[in-house]
Amino acid sequence: MNCIVCVTSVPDTASVIKIGADGNQIDEGGIKWILSPHDEYALEEALKITEAQGGEVTVVTYGPARAEAVLRDCLARGAHQAVHVIGGEETLGDSFKIAQTLAAILKDREYGLILVGVQSVGTDNSQVGQMLAELLDLPHVAGITSLEVGEGTLNASREVEGGKEIYESPLPALLTCQKGLNEPRYAALKGIMAAKRKPVEKIEPSDIGIDEGAGAAYRLRSLSLPPEKGEGTLLQGEDDPAGAAGNLVKLLREEAKAI
Amino acid sequence: MFIRRDIDLYSVDALLTDEQRMVRDTTRAWVRDRVMPSIEDWAWHERFPTELIAEMGDLDLLGAPYSDFDLPGLDSIGYGLINQELERADSGIRSFVSVQTSLVMYPILQWGSEEQKKRWILELGKGRAIGCFALTEPDFGSNPGGMRTRARRDGKDWILNGEKMWITNGGIADIAVVWARTDDGVRAFLVEKGAKGFSTVDQTGKYSLRVSVTSQLVFEDCRVPASALLPGTSGLKNALACLNQARYGIAWGALGSAMATFEAALDYAGARVQFGGKPIAAHQMVQEKLAWMFDEIIKGQLLAFRMAQLKDQKKLRHEAVSMAKRNNVRVARECARLAREIHGANGIVNEYPIMRHMMNLETVNTYEGTHDIHTLVLGAFLTGYPAFEPPGSS
Repeated sequence: MNCIVCVTSVPDTASVIKIGADGNQIDEGGIKWILSPHDEYALEEALKITEAQGGEVTVVTYGPARAEAVLRDCLARGAHQAVHVIGGEETLGDSFKIAQTLAAILKDREYGLILVGVQSVGTDNSQVGQMLAELLDLPHVAGITSLEVGEGTLNASREVEGGKEIYESPLPALLTCQKGLNEPRYAALKGIMAAKRKPVEKIEPSDIGIDEGAGAAYRLRSLSLPPEKGEGTLLQGEDDPAGAAGNLVKLLREEAKAI
Repeated sequence: MFIRRDIDLYSVDALLTDEQRMVRDTTRAWVRDRVMPSIEDWAWHERFPTELIAEMGDLDLLGAPYSDFDLPGLDSIGYGLINQELERADSGIRSFVSVQTSLVMYPILQWGSEEQKKRWILELGKGRAIGCFALTEPDFGSNPGGMRTRARRDGKDWILNGEKMWITNGGIADIAVVWARTDDGVRAFLVEKGAKGFSTVDQTGKYSLRVSVTSQLVFEDCRVPASALLPGTSGLKNALACLNQARYGIAWGALGSAMATFEAALDYAGARVQFGGKPIAAHQMVQEKLAWMFDEIIKGQLLAFRMAQLKDQKKLRHEAVSMAKRNNVRVARECARLAREIHGANGIVNEYPIMRHMMNLETVNTYEGTHDIHTLVLGAFLTGYPAFEPPGSS
């Protein structure tokens, strides 16, 4: 069964994020770009399914030229081919526009499953997968942590408050994947060497009828960093615990206004 | 090259191809996930994590620069980067890979028979077999030409007698590449674990390379078949060629250690507050130490890059490898000391990686040609006078 995996290039989670001069983008200088960690679960699951049942894994990204590096990462881990829709700088964070673009790419392709990360690290909207499923008129399960794929159907489970939901769905279907689903593999060095010989199809948004500048559903007005944490206050309570507790209550009420 | 990308002042990262960057990043990710969480514990308990060997095989970290037997065939920069990332964690982990790759697989590929290659290369590459390299003896370290270990013919077999010392992986090896004097000069033999007359004793009490097995190998009338001889070996020069391969990896690996202690010191200096609420990073003397480390590491990186280019062009002289090994290990050793000073008292405890690196580097400074021997190699290159033996000693 052929699987499609939609992936995103995001800043390394260890990067120090700075805000750019225009105030509504991050400063990309010094940022290392990686495959969004949630997408790793989607890719791993697709690789496991095709290794067990046959078929090929196609990875798809919608992003600027640098995003090709994450496609190569996926190819190095074992994906068979890649599709790169070049663009996305204007539509960053616009989940609906991203979903429309992915739908335009995928609508005529042949697949049994589409797997995506539950959200992309950075914008964290957790919407593209579900929107894409609706645009392609596919059943979907969001945030899965286990999956079994049978003949024409699948069983998937997802964690909910205090328990677990188990879904059965016909194929083809779309699943958004998260931590707990599997242990993503590392790219072996031979895979890295082989990746450069695998095909990456390059597509301009206009080729698939997408106008990036039109019909934005979302606009980012400004970004700000969390406020710097002030120095903490340490109450010494060893000699007079009751007095310290009184002080704590007073501070919580008058300074922090927490109670 | 640094974990912190914002300090790549010379854009060394831009010298890498996408594949080289992926090789580095995949090794780094594996090290981060599989080595770093336990490294201090292994070092404290003097334990080499044999459970990681198969994982290294799965990632193709063993024998990575070779392309025979479906090995990855990395270029020299890619192989260097593997060493760098492994030694960023620990010199002992890098030593395991260096020995397996440069000192065991390399001589089998260079001078082994087809049967020997078929028997061992894939097994060693996948981490299903472990190798060691037995050259150094108790009385012959820097001067291996004086070795006493001897192999004499007995019918078609060979009989080995002698002792080898300071052998990385010795006690856990399935196969030892043993260098011995024969009537036709120094040659190498593949001696399998369990061969009659072959025994090993692990070195204990090491303060350095604690995450690595170091052993003494003893051969007492050890009989091996004719097929144990590496047929292409014809002299000590073959053993020295292996060491030259390993030194290449060490020159890159040492930079990994240097970056680890430097980046730890940079972080610590930014967080540690003394005197008037300012971090110690604001102090001129701390800045001087940080600037020295940074400067030397970048110079060492550029040296390693040029060395790699020359290696790929097959123009790399062994003296150039000596220079890079000597320089980069010296830099790493000094970085560990300066990082220790910046960490103050915290520098001595295993909550921080500094002391472990510092102790490891005492070994790295000494093995595969000591710092001083490489000084003499450069001296001989420059002047034409080899000064290894004191005047009047021969």
